[in-house]
Amino acid sequence: MIDSAGIAFQIVQSIFVAASAPLLAGWVNQCRAWLQNRSGPGVLQPYHVLRRLFHKEAVLAENASPLFWSTPYIVFGCMWLAGGIVPVLATDLPFAPAADIIALVGLFALARVFVSLAALDIGTAFGGLGARREMLVGFLAEPAMLMTLFTAAFISGSTQLTTIVESLAHREFVIHPSLAFAAVAFLMVLLAENARIPVDNPATHLELTMIHEAMILEYSARHLALIEWASAIKLYTYMTIGIALFVPWGIAQGSDWGALPLALLALTGKLAVAGAGLALIETVSAKFRVFRAPEFLSTAFLLAVLGMLIHFLVRQ
Amino acid sequence: MILDSAAFPSAAVAVGVAVFWMLAAMLSLFESERLRLVNRVLFPAAALAALLLAVVAVRAIAQPAQSLVVPLGLPGLPFHFRLDALAGFFLFLIGIGSAGVSIYAAGYFERETPQRLRLIGLQYHAFLAAMALVVLADDAYLFMLAWESMALASYFLVTTDHRLRAIRSAGFLYLLIAHVGAIALLLCFGILQGGGGLDAYTFEALRGAELTPFWATVAFVLAFAGFGAKAGMLPLHAWLPEAHPAAPSPVSALMSGIMLKTAIYGMVRVIYDLIGDVTWQWGLTVAITGALTALFGVLYALMQHDLKRLLAYHSVENIGIILIGIGLSMVFIATGHPAAGVLGLIAGLYHTLNHAIFKGLLFLGAGSILHATGLRNLNDMGGLIRRMPATAMYFLVGALAISALPPLNGFVSEWLTFQTALQAALLADGVLRSLVPLLAAMLALAGALTAMCFVKVYGIAFLGQPRAPRHAPDASRQRGDAGFHERLGMAWLALWCVVLGVFPSTVVGLLDRVAVSVTGHGLPRAALDSGWLWLVPARPEQASYAPAIFLITILIVFALTFAGVRWIWHGRLRRSAPWDCGFPEQSARMQDTADAFGQPIRWIFGPIYRIRRRVPAPDDAKPRFELEVADRLWHALYLPIARLVDWVCARVSLLQQGRISIYLLYSFVTLIALLLFVR
Repeated sequence: MIDSAGIAFQIVQSIFVAASAPLLAGWVNQCRAWLQNRSGPGVLQPYHVLRRLFHKEAVLAENASPLFWSTPYIVFGCMWLAGGIVPVLATDLPFAPAADIIALVGLFALARVFVSLAALDIGTAFGGLGARREMLVGFLAEPAMLMTLFTAAFISGSTQLTTIVESLAHREFVIHPSLAFAAVAFLMVLLAENARIPVDNPATHLELTMIHEAMILEYSARHLALIEWASAIKLYTYMTIGIALFVPWGIAQGSDWGALPLALLALTGKLAVAGAGLALIETVSAKFRVFRAPEFLSTAFLLAVLGMLIHFLVRQ
Repeated sequence: MILDSAAFPSAAVAVGVAVFWMLAAMLSLFESERLRLVNRVLFPAAALAALLLAVVAVRAIAQPAQSLVVPLGLPGLPFHFRLDALAGFFLFLIGIGSAGVSIYAAGYFERETPQRLRLIGLQYHAFLAAMALVVLADDAYLFMLAWESMALASYFLVTTDHRLRAIRSAGFLYLLIAHVGAIALLLCFGILQGGGGLDAYTFEALRGAELTPFWATVAFVLAFAGFGAKAGMLPLHAWLPEAHPAAPSPVSALMSGIMLKTAIYGMVRVIYDLIGDVTWQWGLTVAITGALTALFGVLYALMQHDLKRLLAYHSVENIGIILIGIGLSMVFIATGHPAAGVLGLIAGLYHTLNHAIFKGLLFLGAGSILHATGLRNLNDMGGLIRRMPATAMYFLVGALAISALPPLNGFVSEWLTFQTALQAALLADGVLRSLVPLLAAMLALAGALTAMCFVKVYGIAFLGQPRAPRHAPDASRQRGDAGFHERLGMAWLALWCVVLGVFPSTVVGLLDRVAVSVTGHGLPRAALDSGWLWLVPARPEQASYAPAIFLITILIVFALTFAGVRWIWHGRLRRSAPWDCGFPEQSARMQDTADAFGQPIRWIFGPIYRIRRRVPAPDDAKPRFELEVADRLWHALYLPIARLVDWVCARVSLLQQGRISIYLLYSFVTLIALLLFVR
């Protein structure tokens, strides 16, 4: 199952994802700034932030346990693995069979649990508040995400992301109405899981509304940098999962180096559009109260389940 | 190796281990202050015997079934023992689980008085022996004998602290429901036997008996209810959150980890093996009950602040997950899809093993906390990771495993259950095909809620700042981390959480043999030939999972980042006061409590709880907030039944006048009536 060319490709893709993830985050921020009539900090700003944070001296609370300082590394490791598994450029990744979509959701859950635990570690009021809300969002988003992915899995008869992409991208063009429902549900989950408006606001430290930011308040310097970087990779991975499921055309089949430039071009284009779309959503919508989030996410869940049922109905 | 040869008497050795445990139970009575027999000798010896049992059992899975008849028991019905693959798997579970718990118990009961230890040692080892015999029994009489010994031994263990009224009533409730279940089982065996002599009660004869579909369904309902009562299935769960926390922690670990699994064993044995032809209606009943049980268990667990009670509710949840797997398996087998059916059975049995390991570990962890701090209420704990680092580490492994997070073991079995549900496309019936993925959705919800619950448990108990207990515990009981034996027991179980999580295909290979012996079908060849690294349920392109790659990649990236950051930049670190958005005043009371953490759940799922809340008025001089969350089913189902029984008893008691002449009159009237009507 594993050969050396494949492994090389695997490593190249992992590094590519990790390296380009901050760019996507910067692009989204820049688009949002333009949409809001601001000039914006430029798309490279996340790199500057990361570099600055890595240079700083880390400050740790006196009572922080080993779990607290090891969490950023674990979370970064999880996201790195996720970025290596999702077919971003090509479908023939040797590590891809290591995790199917269910394991991928499990991987995100693992990262979430560690961040939440770390938030509770110092014992501050905000940490607990953030962890509680994060787990609230998490337990609602996770089933919705799984149902969305199951719809795609039922269509292609596999939970293997590469197989799903191959069967959706390279077979004859069939319109699956169930996928439309799944796409809307996936978008809602993406917003919630990546701490975006309307569920959370990545740009604020307003104590009554923040979720993700409340959890990582106590982190500084390299720890914060790793968490921020991991968040960027997470957003990137979610977007590429969405692209792989709903607009997979253009991805290289197998580990074919020749098809890579085209795949890269297609990916860049799709991500640029998706990032701009995300900025647009964040600009035109307002943040919900925390207790509206369950309604938002249960809508996503119901849409995903509906999509799955429609798949069975249409098939008959 | 001698164990490889088919001539090796596995069944005899397994029975021998049970007899040894029985012997240890007897020897416990000789405990004295000077000898310290139970702690120093018997518990470690029981753990070694458990290891032997596990080794023999794992070999027995691969071997053909062995039988043994011992001329004890009823005249005409000697004790029949049989060690086949299914029994071997459950003996393996008992061996692995109880080895850790027994060695832990050697440390846990160190400070008990000899009087108490005598009884604890007696009941503990008898309990172990009875559980092994339940699995080994090959006739209904021995089965019921072992089943009832198990119930009684565990009843006495639950009521170890029988001077407390709450514990006595918890024990009574347990005994009551255990016996309602036992009656159902007795009736079930009676139906399966269907006339004939005593020798018709061997499992061999029961297997051969032909049943009409109606009587088969009656037998199924009785077996499902009877074993379900023991397993803590909805709505027969009420005893579980009362009895498990009442027992000493190693006993809770045995009960939640292993005893509940004997009920799963019984279900598989009776439904698949003895009754035989399953129908999809049964399967759907089991799976839906399982899904409801799982959701119910986790939602109530989220409301608890007593650690052991919370863990007990999670046992309810996990039994539900196991039942989903088994129920789906019955649906698929009955509709003619044996490959998917076998996958479901394997998922259910895998989760049975996993739950035994991680729930045992978590109860042991709760026991160590109780020992070290005297606390059971989460709201009084906090910051234990700094005081008990070893316990904290093992508990974290257990918490991650039960939350179904990769790469630990809980995830593997949930993954397999999802894979089974995803075979729904095979089903021809439209309703069934839409229902099965919905069960998967409920499983996903339960899994995500479990993760939330264990973030709460771990975050409140082990992380944060120490909270000031409202009732200061006994200062003499304050200790540091768990002792050597306790740590060894927890480390053993934590190790298995990792092993079962990282090498799933080996376990699935063994479970495949169990499935073959129970259903006559196995997994497809492609699934079994995929190598130790890859777990493949059907075909590699359909789904696969390699937890070893998971673990190794995360560890490598961890190490590389850790070293890389220090090499490229620096590793300077400064300790200072927490930042907390710059708020100057921070006390331990500002942290979330266990109840606060569950508040969003209470808000979203409000109608399923029975909530009593007293909110202080704005002008209260001494504001008090009171909250009580109770089991709705207890009030809607159990109390009405109890009142009905009371009412009937009051009517019946009119017959009791306490005068002998009246009783003689009853006898006389009965005699006359019999003479008149019975000719």
